[in-house]
Amino acid sequence: MIASHLPVLQVALPLIAAPVCVLLRRGRWAWAFTTIVCWGMLAIAALLLDQAMGAGPISYRLGGWAPPIGIEYRLDGVNAFVLLILAGTAALMMPYARQSVEQEIRPERQHLFYCVFLLALTGLLGIAATGDAFNIYVFLEISSLASYVLIALGRRRRALTASYQYLIIGTIGASLILIGIGFLYAKTGTLNIADLAERVPALGETPAILAAFAFITVGVLIKLALFPFHLWLPNAYAYAPSFVSAFFAATATKVGAYMLLRFVFTVFGAPFAFGTLPLKEVLLSLSLIAVLAGSLAALFQTDLKRLLAFSSVGQIGYLGVGIGLASVTGVTGALVHVFNHALMKGGLFLAAGAIAYRLGATDLSALHGLGRRMPFTMAAVVIGGLGLVGVPITSGFVSKWYLVQGAFEEGLWPVALFVLVGSLIALAYVGRVIEAAYFRAAPEGGEPVREAPWAMQLSIWAMIAGSVYFGLHTDLTVGIAERAAAVLLGAP
Amino acid sequence: MEALTHVNYWAAIALAMIGLYAIIAPSNLVKKLIGLGMFQTAIFLIYITVGKVEGGTAPIIDPAYDVYSNPLPHVLILTAIVVSVSTLAVGLALTVAIKRAYGTVEEDDIDEQDRR
Repeated sequence: MIASHLPVLQVALPLIAAPVCVLLRRGRWAWAFTTIVCWGMLAIAALLLDQAMGAGPISYRLGGWAPPIGIEYRLDGVNAFVLLILAGTAALMMPYARQSVEQEIRPERQHLFYCVFLLALTGLLGIAATGDAFNIYVFLEISSLASYVLIALGRRRRALTASYQYLIIGTIGASLILIGIGFLYAKTGTLNIADLAERVPALGETPAILAAFAFITVGVLIKLALFPFHLWLPNAYAYAPSFVSAFFAATATKVGAYMLLRFVFTVFGAPFAFGTLPLKEVLLSLSLIAVLAGSLAALFQTDLKRLLAFSSVGQIGYLGVGIGLASVTGVTGALVHVFNHALMKGGLFLAAGAIAYRLGATDLSALHGLGRRMPFTMAAVVIGGLGLVGVPITSGFVSKWYLVQGAFEEGLWPVALFVLVGSLIALAYVGRVIEAAYFRAAPEGGEPVREAPWAMQLSIWAMIAGSVYFGLHTDLTVGIAERAAAVLLGAP
Repeated sequence: MEALTHVNYWAAIALAMIGLYAIIAPSNLVKKLIGLGMFQTAIFLIYITVGKVEGGTAPIIDPAYDVYSNPLPHVLILTAIVVSVSTLAVGLALTVAIKRAYGTVEEDDIDEQDRR
């Protein structure tokens, strides 16, 4: 009975839970409740992925109305995988949230914080779950509005301007997607993605479809923060509360990557995007610039959170490379990287937050001697950082392996070269963090610094251990990603 | 005149461009939000125009009429208007918070204070 309603519960559960958090009045109660909800959603996501991989795509009719009149939730290997990443990240990060939020958010706002967090999660899960193009826009705005609020809660006043900047750019991006969907609807008379996938390629190269493609792609790239649309990202991630930075770094851009995959491969179809239009050349060149520019900018940052944020700009470039290759291997690499980067960057931002929790700052100069004083947290930073570089046995290696392999399959060896150069730059910026923490003496006369609380350690190490585990055991992630990529590219 | 038959689309394009200009050009944060509102309104206009059927009346079933406008874009835009209002509310709330923290809503002054 309930089992057949799991797809809608996945999205409705956090939506219903959000106002309950407001009623709970106390930050700690709201935290406990949110934790239970998040683990419940992880269980649902795992069941859905199992179902979608086993029995094929799940189609859920909202309110019993049959598509294409009614709204459909359609789960295949791709979005069930994304749902698992979202729910899993939220669940694993919840132990960390309590102390971090208690320190950073005023007591009378803590229960509201969890309410908005659940709304953001609802939006992200909704984008992944829905099979309706207009629904994607609505859920996108739900998650965006919640994220503007969450980012603005950062302790420094620059969080406010970062959030404002993101609001302006994000709303323009979402509006462009809305125009694109409008053109698609005007041309096809449907909003259902499965329906669009049938009718749009048949229409071919009409001006309205070309315009729709341009608007949607640019809008999604803004949300994905691919170069040159990344300007909102570094400030937003650097000044948001620690928990928020970690959660959005692990999830928000991943959903952007999912939207790009869904629109390009399912709605417009690879032959249109990569054959008729030069998306491959555009996406690959932008992505490679993102890899280089993001990583280089990270190299010159003096603040750990900003460094990680610019590193995200570079890592998003890798996602773009995989999607731009438009081959099963490339898209597999992108999907695996979505998963692996969520673990690595989530863990790293959590660790940066733990440092901020104890030191009150994340300047690299404040990190001096921290390798001795916060050994566990810094060890997590080192392992996560090596993952960003793509050192073997970390999961970052697996995704880059597929990207390089995909590039060689297409005969694009310069792309492979750029991926490797990006890794070398990553080695340099991770090296700067390691140097500050391990090879510089602690400032004298400073107050003694204790290791971060165990609950925060738990979340950090769950993410980091995951990133190592999935570097060694690739069957699960690569297996799912390969099948999902095959679904997207229409291969049997 | 071919161009005049698409007057709604021309109006929407003009509104969207004015809106975008008003987002980019002024330094005042409130004016930027006004621009954002215009930009979104232009998109609503495109949707509503798409839903219009020539000679159609309001989509309420009545034996006297047999041509109706398409109600679906209207419903979609009702949702989008709610989204736009919420965005404006969050944006204005942020502006109020920025005014409290910086004492100004001029972007140039804020940048200068951040650089210090």
